[in-house]
Amino acid sequence: MSEIQNQVRAFIEDNFILGAKGTPFGPADSFLDLHLIDSTGFLELITYLEETFGIVVKDEEMLPENLDSLQAIEAYLARKRAA
Amino acid sequence: MLLHQHFEASLRRQPAKTALVCGAARHSYAEVEQHARAIALALQARGVQRGDRVALFLDNGIEFVAGVYAVLRLGAVFMPVNPLTKGDKLAYMLADARAAALLTSDVLTPVWSAHLDELQHLHTVLVAGKAPAAGDTRVQPWPSVVTGDAPQAPPVLIDQDLASIIYTSGSTGFPKGVMLTHLNMVSAARSVSTYLGLRDDDIVLCALPLAFDYGLYQVLMAFRVGATVVLERNFSFPVKALEVMVREKVTVFPGVPTMFSMLMTLSNLSQFDLSSLRMMTNTAAALSEEHIRQLRALFPQAVLFSMYGLTECKRVTYLPPEQLDIRPTSVGRGMPNEEVWLVDDEGRRLPNGSTGELVIRGSNVMRGYWEKPEETARRLKPGPNPGEMLLYSGDLFRTDAEGWLYFVSRRDDIIKSRGEKVSPREVENVLHGIEGVYEVAVVGVPDEVLGQAVKAYVTLKPGVQLTERDVIRHCLARMESFMAPKVVEFVAELPKTDTGKIKKTGL
Repeated sequence: MSEIQNQVRAFIEDNFILGAKGTPFGPADSFLDLHLIDSTGFLELITYLEETFGIVVKDEEMLPENLDSLQAIEAYLARKRAA
Repeated sequence: MLLHQHFEASLRRQPAKTALVCGAARHSYAEVEQHARAIALALQARGVQRGDRVALFLDNGIEFVAGVYAVLRLGAVFMPVNPLTKGDKLAYMLADARAAALLTSDVLTPVWSAHLDELQHLHTVLVAGKAPAAGDTRVQPWPSVVTGDAPQAPPVLIDQDLASIIYTSGSTGFPKGVMLTHLNMVSAARSVSTYLGLRDDDIVLCALPLAFDYGLYQVLMAFRVGATVVLERNFSFPVKALEVMVREKVTVFPGVPTMFSMLMTLSNLSQFDLSSLRMMTNTAAALSEEHIRQLRALFPQAVLFSMYGLTECKRVTYLPPEQLDIRPTSVGRGMPNEEVWLVDDEGRRLPNGSTGELVIRGSNVMRGYWEKPEETARRLKPGPNPGEMLLYSGDLFRTDAEGWLYFVSRRDDIIKSRGEKVSPREVENVLHGIEGVYEVAVVGVPDEVLGQAVKAYVTLKPGVQLTERDVIRHCLARMESFMAPKVVEFVAELPKTDTGKIKKTGL
């Protein structure tokens, strides 16, 4: 697993689920489907991504394709940085 | 009339029409019926009978909707549970209602599976999604859809029978089960869909949880008139919801203030063609005057209904859209076939222009709280006719000279966050479970997006170090996310009354 995925995973585990009680989740798993993050949680996740990776998440980019799994986030960040 | 007969009438009238759109899947009325029949057969084979409570602990989807009609058809009582609910609270509700069966899904397994041993009355768990692991014989895979006629003797059932028990937060910190009969729910569905003017060509976008009565009734009412419901899992991605609204040519959008404010902050809102939208509804919390103004400017093609409701009777009031410019902050008047008025502390009816507790009279008023006679007696009191019960809302309103209602305040200390009821006591109970916490006080504070945010004041035992994040994480693991404090403030001490009780005023 990539460094970025590890970083984001740590943020999610730290903020949205509690250690042993948390649901194990893989790189492609949907945070929504597994109830790891809810609507207010995504706003926190976006703030975290913006602050940590120095990007701005535009309104039209707030989509599950960009944000709803570790893989999606990594790919989205790569696209943002290439742009 | 029984609640599921609304659906059955639409099914006979238009079996091929699309009833539900769930993501890429489209289900006709006939397909919803097939799903419902399969679930009903499975539950019947497991021994579910008239009057049994069956919990629906599921995300929005065909399984939930078909589950409702399956349970009703068996004469059983459906119990919707928000899928954000954590294990302890779920177990509390299942035990309290002595639920016979649980309809749930594979992704929620970590929540329910740890509690099966303590739930003696629960004889069946049907799991949607991946087949459950073998072991406990109570846990069964979701039934596959069968075609053709299924032999099923419909139970004797009348409209006085319970259709649903919906749990709601109470100021005691323990959820109470609101008992609703078929008559209650049929009456509410009829009154609400009548004043909204819901039609069979409507396409309703429901991003509200079906476990919340506001979401549930989107389906009940749409199926009553033969309309289509586009079900979204939630409103986490407003842009996604907008894309769906455009694609499906949605005509009705029910929301809560948090959803509307998420929509209004989108910079690209004007790129979406929402010309089909003809109606928006708001309840659960009031929209500010400014938000009402903005919404009307952004969606001039749609009328906006401001409404007020209680799980105990579903809906109480609505403001006819043509009144919105005249009295934007009013929640309106009682709905068709319902009477509402204000009373003083002695229960005397107050004239227009007064402030008092709102009282509700109608066939939509609940039968009480499940096995809680004392709490029931505080809310249901005798009405004008023998045997009739009135619902005392517990909320203070004022009326203007013409009798239009304006919300003033709650009489209890319940917080409304994201449109959901949060019991401060329930949050405080969880906070007390943290090692090192000495005293706590939970209050609601104004929040731009959430309406009210949950704030916890905490004092710690000597020598204890805790961070805000530690406290919030503890809460997130044990309660629905909307209940967890957004802000935690550590203080040296909490203000007390003369008798030593924590005083929240001024916090």
